[in-house]
Amino acid sequence: MSILINKHTKLICQGFTGKQGTLHSQGAIDYGTQFVGGVTPGKGGQMHLDRPVFDTVKDAVRVTGADASMIYVPAPFCKDSILEAVEAGIKIIACITEGIPVLDMLEVKYYIDKNYPDVVLIGPNCPGLITPGECKMGIMPGNIHLPGKVGIVSRSGTLTYEAVKQTTDLGFGQSTCVGIGGDPIPGSNFIDILARFEKDPQTEAIVMVGEIGGSGEEEAAEFIKHHIRKPMVAYIAGVTAPAGKRMGHAGAIISGGKGTAAEKFAALEAAGVATTKNPAQMGLRLKEITGW
Amino acid sequence: MNLHEYQAKQLYREYNLPVSDGEVASTLEEAINIFQRLNSEDGVMVKAQVHAGGRGKAGGVKFVKTQEAMEKEFTRLIGTRLVTYQTDANGQPINQILLEKASNIAKELYLGAVVDRATRRIIFMASTEGGVDIEEVANHHPEKILTAIVDPLVGVMPYQCRELAFKLGLNEDQVKQFTHIMMGLGKMFTDKDFALLEINPLIIKDDGKLSCLDGKISIDQNALYRQTKLRDVRDGSQEDERENRAAQWELNYVALEGNIGCMVNGAGLAMATMDLVKFHGGQPANFLDVGGGATKERVTEAFKIILSDTGVKAILVNIFGGIVRCDLIAEGILAAVKEVGISLPVVVRLEGNNAELGAKLLSESGMNVIAAKSFDDAAQQVVAAAKK
Repeated sequence: MSILINKHTKLICQGFTGKQGTLHSQGAIDYGTQFVGGVTPGKGGQMHLDRPVFDTVKDAVRVTGADASMIYVPAPFCKDSILEAVEAGIKIIACITEGIPVLDMLEVKYYIDKNYPDVVLIGPNCPGLITPGECKMGIMPGNIHLPGKVGIVSRSGTLTYEAVKQTTDLGFGQSTCVGIGGDPIPGSNFIDILARFEKDPQTEAIVMVGEIGGSGEEEAAEFIKHHIRKPMVAYIAGVTAPAGKRMGHAGAIISGGKGTAAEKFAALEAAGVATTKNPAQMGLRLKEITGW
Repeated sequence: MNLHEYQAKQLYREYNLPVSDGEVASTLEEAINIFQRLNSEDGVMVKAQVHAGGRGKAGGVKFVKTQEAMEKEFTRLIGTRLVTYQTDANGQPINQILLEKASNIAKELYLGAVVDRATRRIIFMASTEGGVDIEEVANHHPEKILTAIVDPLVGVMPYQCRELAFKLGLNEDQVKQFTHIMMGLGKMFTDKDFALLEINPLIIKDDGKLSCLDGKISIDQNALYRQTKLRDVRDGSQEDERENRAAQWELNYVALEGNIGCMVNGAGLAMATMDLVKFHGGQPANFLDVGGGATKERVTEAFKIILSDTGVKAILVNIFGGIVRCDLIAEGILAAVKEVGISLPVVVRLEGNNAELGAKLLSESGMNVIAAKSFDDAAQQVVAAAKK
């Protein structure tokens, strides 16, 4: 088992024939993902990377039976692409694109929650997700992963890779890794993913990587206190970040004195989570608390 | 992206919301013309236009009765820098000054709106405690902040405005005025892709009329592509020069106070790198994310920006090559060194795509490069190098 995606997942790509879409679709294929085609309006009927191109997501779903889509279209068109995927019956969507207006995401999230509560949107502004050895749906380097027992959830791309590498080097491996993205309004939050890890028999422990800004980590801490029984390690990036400055991610900002790393560490520690202040030792901390 | 008060008030006028008569001036001649046109019996407010709160306490807002007094204040302020509790020690440059008719204030209220991350909605906030630091009110008297959550489908509804207005203790006519203002702000918020809006204070004048006496607006950076009119009024002089230069190269740069320059790919890893430097007893000089799609040119520019900070004593390059190739990063560093020359120690940790090739390029370059074995090792080495 794993969460959200596995070897049976039939993946398509929206923005398939573009530069990013091509690069990462090839990456998914090379990794062994069941990658069944892609969508670029106006190029339906062509072949690309030895896979069929469709004009609409609806066509792609009808012909290939796709149930997952990764989106690489430019930011101004993402709202449209996400809703097209949802309406076509796609069950899991990873929107990789950075720079989507926050009011677009507010509407997208509202729309999905109201009309399609079962659809899972990961991102935007994220690396995507991967179930090692089975399905790669995003921009992460596949080769650092190892099928295994740690679930990883993170707001940052490259920090996810750090956590992956550390748990691979120690031989633990990963069940599924989910980058929920660095935007103020993510499609899925920590709680959505943590709840799935808790239920997943393959996942024996969880690494959570947060960062400054918003209150997602504090809300997760409250949830963990009541619902997570599996051992957990957490790290929060941005202890040294100054207030009022956006640290790369649209959502990584301390505003009005709220959203500091110190507050988030404290909330997670109060919920019984093992934290580490050293991002190079997430794996070691996990080893320490699990006795593996 | 932030707007100046006078720009916010232009938007309020477009939406037919009440503001004082006034105009912005950048020269004394313009100021005199505006002062004479205003011909105000109640005097004129002279307001420095900078992107920072706390202007009044810092002497950036003055009430004047006569032209002579106006000229004196204008000349004192224009071309200087205003230091408030919200700015750094250098303050913000005053290039423009707003002159507007003074109002007789009976009461000061607060009205604001933000995109609230927890509820994923636009939330309006109102308070009877106007004119003061609203964060203080929120911390000490949260019960004095009234809120209304906006449904994305229907937008702000009049009943929500009335409810807030009645709770603020407004009379029947003022409730109507307040509803008109809040409905207009709600429309403006979504029309113009606001991230934050504050009218502090929203005043009740002694004749019972409401007026937007101040205006603080932030526009969602991600939406500027469709807010071209607002994008064009951006005042770059209010922003950090190095941050702007970085932004032109699609680099995320934030200056800090320390002496260890950091160049990292990915926002999260860049923050974590700063944290680890600090964890091992060093002080990071900056946050710099070269991004996933780093090119040789962008890396070169990033290195030059780090080196333009003369406080930097050592540099840490931390790259986890997922999409980006480490040899390309190395080439970018070498090109920058060739261009600007460098004698500082550089600690490099390359992981992922073509890491060995990148390390080889650097070690054969003759540069003062320290190859790190791991993330932890890199941070320790750079802290040690900066202390030498």
